[in-house]
Amino acid sequence: MSLWSRVANVWRGDELSREIDEEIETHLAEAVERGRDPVEARRAFGSRLRRREESRDIRLVPWLDSLRADVVFGWRQLKKKKVTSAAAILSLGLAIGASTAAFRLIDALLLRPLPVANAERLYGLSRHVNLPDGKPGSFDGWAYPSFRQMRAAVKGQAELIAVSYAERVDVTYRTDLEMEKAHLQYVSGWMFGAFGLRPALGRLFTENDDLKPGAHPYAVISYDYWKRRFGADPNAIGRKFRLGSKELFAGPGAGDNVYEIVGIAPRPFTGTETGTVTDIFLPTMMHPGAVHDDWTWMRTLASLNPGVAVEPVRAKLNATSYAFEANRMKGLVRWSKQDIAKFLAQKVVLDPAAAGASGLQADYRRGLAALGVLVGLVLLIACANVANLMTAQAAARAREMALRVSIGAGRWRLVQLVLVESAVLGFFAAAAGALFAWWSAPFVVSRINPPDNPARLALPADWRVLGFGLALTLGVTLLFGLAPALRASGMKPITTLRGGSDPHARRRLMHGLIAVQVAFCFLVLFVAGLFVATFDRLSHRPTGFSAERVLTLDTVAQQPEPPAFWDQVAEHLRTLPGVEKVGLARWALLGGGSWNNWVSVNGAAPNGVLAFFLSVSPGWAEAMKIPLIAGRDFRPGDTYPGAAIVNETFAKEFFHGEDPVGKSFDMIIFQGRRVPCRVVGLVGDAVYRDIHDPIVPQAYYPFASVGARGELQPVDQGTFVVRTSDANPLALASILRREVARARPEFRVGNIRTQAELVQAQTIRERLLAMLAMFFAVVALLLAGIGLYGVLDYSVVERRREIGIRMAIGAQAGDIARRVTAEAFGMVAVGAAVGFALGMASVPYLSSLLWEVHATDPGMLVLPWLTVLAATMLAALPAVIRAVRIDPVTMLRAE
Amino acid sequence: MPKTDSLQGSLDLLVLKILSRRPGLHGYAIMSAIEAMSGEVLRAEEGSLYPALHRMEEAGWISAEWITKETGRRARIYQVTAAGAKQLEAEESRWRTVTSAVNRVLRMA
Repeated sequence: MSLWSRVANVWRGDELSREIDEEIETHLAEAVERGRDPVEARRAFGSRLRRREESRDIRLVPWLDSLRADVVFGWRQLKKKKVTSAAAILSLGLAIGASTAAFRLIDALLLRPLPVANAERLYGLSRHVNLPDGKPGSFDGWAYPSFRQMRAAVKGQAELIAVSYAERVDVTYRTDLEMEKAHLQYVSGWMFGAFGLRPALGRLFTENDDLKPGAHPYAVISYDYWKRRFGADPNAIGRKFRLGSKELFAGPGAGDNVYEIVGIAPRPFTGTETGTVTDIFLPTMMHPGAVHDDWTWMRTLASLNPGVAVEPVRAKLNATSYAFEANRMKGLVRWSKQDIAKFLAQKVVLDPAAAGASGLQADYRRGLAALGVLVGLVLLIACANVANLMTAQAAARAREMALRVSIGAGRWRLVQLVLVESAVLGFFAAAAGALFAWWSAPFVVSRINPPDNPARLALPADWRVLGFGLALTLGVTLLFGLAPALRASGMKPITTLRGGSDPHARRRLMHGLIAVQVAFCFLVLFVAGLFVATFDRLSHRPTGFSAERVLTLDTVAQQPEPPAFWDQVAEHLRTLPGVEKVGLARWALLGGGSWNNWVSVNGAAPNGVLAFFLSVSPGWAEAMKIPLIAGRDFRPGDTYPGAAIVNETFAKEFFHGEDPVGKSFDMIIFQGRRVPCRVVGLVGDAVYRDIHDPIVPQAYYPFASVGARGELQPVDQGTFVVRTSDANPLALASILRREVARARPEFRVGNIRTQAELVQAQTIRERLLAMLAMFFAVVALLLAGIGLYGVLDYSVVERRREIGIRMAIGAQAGDIARRVTAEAFGMVAVGAAVGFALGMASVPYLSSLLWEVHATDPGMLVLPWLTVLAATMLAALPAVIRAVRIDPVTMLRAE
Repeated sequence: MPKTDSLQGSLDLLVLKILSRRPGLHGYAIMSAIEAMSGEVLRAEEGSLYPALHRMEEAGWISAEWITKETGRRARIYQVTAAGAKQLEAEESRWRTVTSAVNRVLRMA
């Protein structure tokens, strides 16, 4: 109670003083009443001011009181210079906010542990391999049979958990008219137990739910999905849904694909794939790839038992994986010993996966780190700005400080005074920053991934974020406030009051900060330039087809349907007004689908280069405007296996650039089966799966395929490619969706996307990086410019006497301008040189984010130089004008 | 006999004792009481009385309130709280122990 009243008294300090004064006053009055001499009474009482201070210090918390006084004083100082204070608060707030937002993103994606019992003992398995082009690469996909062997090998030391790559699938609960999308992840039945998770409702999987391929048609759904889809209705347990046919190959679980919901996962757990909120978990045994030893469709996580070292486990896994692959290669392909050895040169590695494992992490780790650094640099630039501002202000207030020291203020008290003033500024900046971070982090997340399938990251504003923001604000306050504070406390009152303190020391500090600002600014500009150039080059890369006015219709059939039905739909679509061309393919180019195989020419061993395949209908190449160079397009009678159309790179790779039409090759598919193909046509190169990849050898085969006994195989999934005559192809989307179902009621259209959208989706990361880096570059430039302007302006004001004298004795305007700016420009040059060195040093860390952009390109270097130079000129102009306009007569008279 | 200023740390004790007998005194009255009751021997230094009162108030031994005297002037009067009564007891017994010990030493030496 007592401490509380003392703290409370701090806020009524003036009232408190009045009370004490009044009490003393009463005392003296009483004394006089009793007949004492007023002068004697006063003398007997002693110094009233001292008594008051003594009592005050007892009745409140003195340090808090002085702090309060400083805060009030600091606030008044800020209010006095509204424009500069607002500029400082805004720039600092922007920088703090951007830093906090960057931290939120990095924390949510890369640092925050999964809400599971053993996150810190969780590792992700991947294999380091040598890519065909000789570069080192890494791959985290595993085949289930290999996983099984590895799990057995480390039993007792670690538990291995299989989790499939989360995928977006079609799900129907009642009729096929109500098809919806859900994120699906196949997981080991024992995963929930190993993670120590308890169901929110119903039950979770156990090992018994994951024993026999195709035998466990059960599903666990996430809490988020339960709330979103079922409104948290407990009756969701027991509901059944059908998985829209989604698999390329009929797997062991193909059956009727109906699953029953048996439980709800605990609320915080949203799967292991950070960046995707999983809706539905299925046992791995229900994945059609569970029995294939050449189908890598899942990640492997290892939960190490307590006290188990990583390396022995890794070695065991490595040996098991090697044995599995070596066994698989045996008799699979007729490869030379060297080729097999090259293929088997893989090393299993374990990376900590406390924060989960996802493609988003892999894609954005570097990018976010780079952005984090850029943001940090902007923050430092802002700090330097404010430090310069405070130093200039401190100069203006040197007399005030000197006076304070002379009348007995302690050094430490002065440090506190200036620091508190900085803290007041920092506090407002932090508030502005919090607003910015609150808005910007979700904004950036929403820009990741295509709009119809946005990344979902939990971005809680919890103690981690708050703590970071607080620490940042404190650190920043010290960073920009400490130097001016120490300088203020270190001054000698005599010299200052006499008016002759050393101005050069202060200017040196300010110029040093300018050099730092320019260096960082140059670095930010340089990196931003690299990102922008990468995005520019990537988005202008020729794709080999024309995406203009093209719609892609991902279509599924309830049951696999004969190719003739698919043709029928295509035929019907061709008759619609506004439709120019229609083709059909297994999937859209750049849509994410991919199938690759080795190729053997004349029965020879494959050369180790993978070719990529896609089944297409007659007219598909025409609809995509991929030019036919030689031979012919598919005809209605062509079937797989048999005819094939290849691209130029294929011809170059496998037929030494000769005309491939009429020649034959074998594609080597599952278990080494050879499928003979005869080339009927040659088409132009087109990008296939990823716009970043070099053009790969491609072969197209007919959409209609025949089985072993010559019967036509039914197909359950395909993508219609429709070239429209309308500039906005999406205008036709709803009509096409309806017409597909009208042509054949068994068919249902899932996603409708423009091909242009698919192309753009390829460059989302580059666009995001370029956009954010550009934004920060502009901010950095602006801040550095303002900083330089402030310093030059200050030095002109300070040197106006000197300038006046120089002008009076005949100095020319040019001479004055040179004098005023020479030192600062020198600093700019030094800063730019340092920035250049930093930029060069940063290139190795950035190369994975760049695409055909070289840091040493003259353009990449000259542009930041010119920008910094132009900004410097612009920032110096007002100060120079001010200096030249100084009227020596007025100046000298004023002194 | 010269008046002595040094209450030897017993100012708290005296103030508490006086206030416990006669609650509702203001500072000047407390000072006068100390002087009068000690037969003009003890005298609280006027200036140091107030910080002592305020310290005891913050410690929760005494509480204060403002009253308006007949002269129209406001005065701050004090009374002992429950915690103060306990403190007084402790101080008194400590004082007795110390003085009797000092007395013993004076007798024996």
